[in-house]
Amino acid sequence: MTAAYEQLRARADAAWAALNAKPWVRVGTGLMGEAVGALDVLDAFRAEIAAKGLDATVSEVGTSGLCYAEPLVDLQVPGGPRALYANVTPEQVALLVERHVAGGDAASELALASVDCDVPGVPRREELPMMRQQVRIALRNAGEIDPGDLDQYVARGGFAGLDKALGMERAEVVEEVKASGLRGRGGAAFPTGVKWGFLAGNPSPVKYILCNCEEGDPGAFNDKAILESDPFTLLEGCIIAGYATGSSNGIVFIRHGHDAPIDRTRAAIDACYANGLLGQNILGSDFSFDIEVSLVGESYVAGEETALMEAIEGKRSMPRFRPPFPAAYGVWGKPSNINNIKTIAYIPEIVRNGAEWFASIGTEKSKGTAIACLSGHITYGGLVEVPFGLTMRELVEELGGGAPDGRRVKFLQTGGPLGGLLAGDQLDMVLDFDEMAGAGAMFGSGGLIVCNDETSAVDMTRVLLAFDQLESCGKCFPCRLGMSHILEVLERACAGASHPDDLALMERVGANMRAGSLCGHGQLGYNPVSSALRAFAEEFDAQMRGEGPIPIGRFVGPAHARRGAQIEGDTPTAQVKGDFIYAIEPAQAEQAAAR
Amino acid sequence: MTDQPTTRAADPQELRSRARRAVAEQPFRTHTVLSSLLSVQDELGWLPPEALAEVAGALGASENDVWGVASFYPNFRFSEPPEHVVEVCWGPTCHVLGAQALLQGALAQLGLENEGATPDNAIGLKLNTCLGVCPHGPAMSFDHALAGHMTPDASAGRIAALRGGA
Repeated sequence: MTAAYEQLRARADAAWAALNAKPWVRVGTGLMGEAVGALDVLDAFRAEIAAKGLDATVSEVGTSGLCYAEPLVDLQVPGGPRALYANVTPEQVALLVERHVAGGDAASELALASVDCDVPGVPRREELPMMRQQVRIALRNAGEIDPGDLDQYVARGGFAGLDKALGMERAEVVEEVKASGLRGRGGAAFPTGVKWGFLAGNPSPVKYILCNCEEGDPGAFNDKAILESDPFTLLEGCIIAGYATGSSNGIVFIRHGHDAPIDRTRAAIDACYANGLLGQNILGSDFSFDIEVSLVGESYVAGEETALMEAIEGKRSMPRFRPPFPAAYGVWGKPSNINNIKTIAYIPEIVRNGAEWFASIGTEKSKGTAIACLSGHITYGGLVEVPFGLTMRELVEELGGGAPDGRRVKFLQTGGPLGGLLAGDQLDMVLDFDEMAGAGAMFGSGGLIVCNDETSAVDMTRVLLAFDQLESCGKCFPCRLGMSHILEVLERACAGASHPDDLALMERVGANMRAGSLCGHGQLGYNPVSSALRAFAEEFDAQMRGEGPIPIGRFVGPAHARRGAQIEGDTPTAQVKGDFIYAIEPAQAEQAAAR
Repeated sequence: MTDQPTTRAADPQELRSRARRAVAEQPFRTHTVLSSLLSVQDELGWLPPEALAEVAGALGASENDVWGVASFYPNFRFSEPPEHVVEVCWGPTCHVLGAQALLQGALAQLGLENEGATPDNAIGLKLNTCLGVCPHGPAMSFDHALAGHMTPDASAGRIAALRGGA
């Protein structure tokens, strides 16, 4: 242990003891809490505690993942119970303060769960359906600590991984990550240690570690949850990655627009600089490293690694040609390594507890845990961290409690808007990178949108394509025009007015997109359609003939196609159809013949 | 009401100096065209031509290049923002939970066909691809305050309240 870390730890332990010597009120705020009125609950607690003249700490914490229970309040008193209260309203605050904070006894009729203690008539937290099978590594601090308080992070073992890493050879750290079997959580599932090895081998004095927190996937909210619940874990992971690869700079890349994740990350960076954890000679070692936040405007493609580098350089976020690959020529032309925030969030614990520990969790080829975002038609919506190897059914029906109102789960939308539809009869699929890829499914960023039997698969596919089309950056025309074209065909299908050869047309356009696009956006753009057709061919067929079993309402999408594919009037691709890639549709062929 | 949005008669000189300050004092270690534009947008709420010129001058870029970046990201505005902003999430989660009813209700209430602002520029409506609070869908935001589990009635009430306070 370095002397600098020892000092930090001693201060943190003292602060933690002082914190636990008083009643402690934790209210989950951030985006999730804010959406259901947690800020009002927070204000009510502050006011009530002040009015009663109580000596208690009121903290804003991130989301615990039990989103269905928000606003979620966590009350703890020294020598007394600690309990969680679900769906708290400002009106309940006076009672909770009187009974639990001042009275020192849990209000058991209102409590959702007890934590690290037993309260008669109340389940323990780990007995909640949503918690039972969770193994929390990346989310270990989410909802537990004040994300702005470095001492709380350190008191719970934070920066012990960095301290340990600084005592190891750089190559040893890379080997440790390789041995852990950690694979990238951004979608490609590439072994992280191997990727670090590419960068470590580059002798350039300036090298970048980029942490991708762009998270444009609708249906995914785990990146934002880590940023606003535990930003220090991400920073510690970045610093360790910087040390292991001999890098000089880190950049945390976030989308502009959501304030809480950005503000909390910036505050955490400042705290690290103020405590010798960033900057020159980190923890008294000879390692120096800087981290800055880089924001990007609204652009889904900015999450692609080379587009991300363009955005960091302040340009349009359009993908670059590869090679050269980022490990040779990345941001500002310097060697760079891009890691997803979820990948990075595992690093501190892997180094602290050793590769063997991490490798003992999960399956043969997918080590550790997966962070899934449950939403849609589901009883317990929120964020769960589970070991690989669970089935989708366990995830949706046990942790998520299944579809509400006694309805059946018809399909899951997984892997983000370029992922696909996983039919209800495929729910026994095991959560595993390779098994899922082999079955044509994607886990991707972890978004799991549950859809019940009243949801039209055709309508859902249309919404996904509407997003994909809107977010095409416009650089490669097969993607820019192809997305518009497929969307148009799906619009016709939703209206029950399909042309006879529409399926073949979509397949042709999709094949061209796959072959002719630089990045995954175009390459995977046909995925939602092909996966939906695989599972719901009959429904598509009926819907396209205007005999769809599920009514589809009017759909109003964004006003304009962005970035070059302006839809004004009829077929956006009309001008180019005859010229090269697209076949001429029968109606146009007739017109052409008449001319 | 007129067809033209009412402008708050922003003084070009003042816009220019506020933009200059926003560029100089931006909270980023590395200043780029994009980081500067984001800072100006945060400060002014939109990007007037004066600001684009300021960014070009400060970064040594051409105005054409600055426009190129600004026009790529749809969160940048080139006209004065409406007084109040209502956002409706149309992400797939919110979609299956009833976002279209919220959206179409809000459009009807505001007399709009699609994204845009009321003629008096009092209330603007925007579609958001994901507000990031999927378990609480369908979600909307009113002047950037998130609201989950929305219903058409609740939305109508919130919009009417914005109207009243406008």
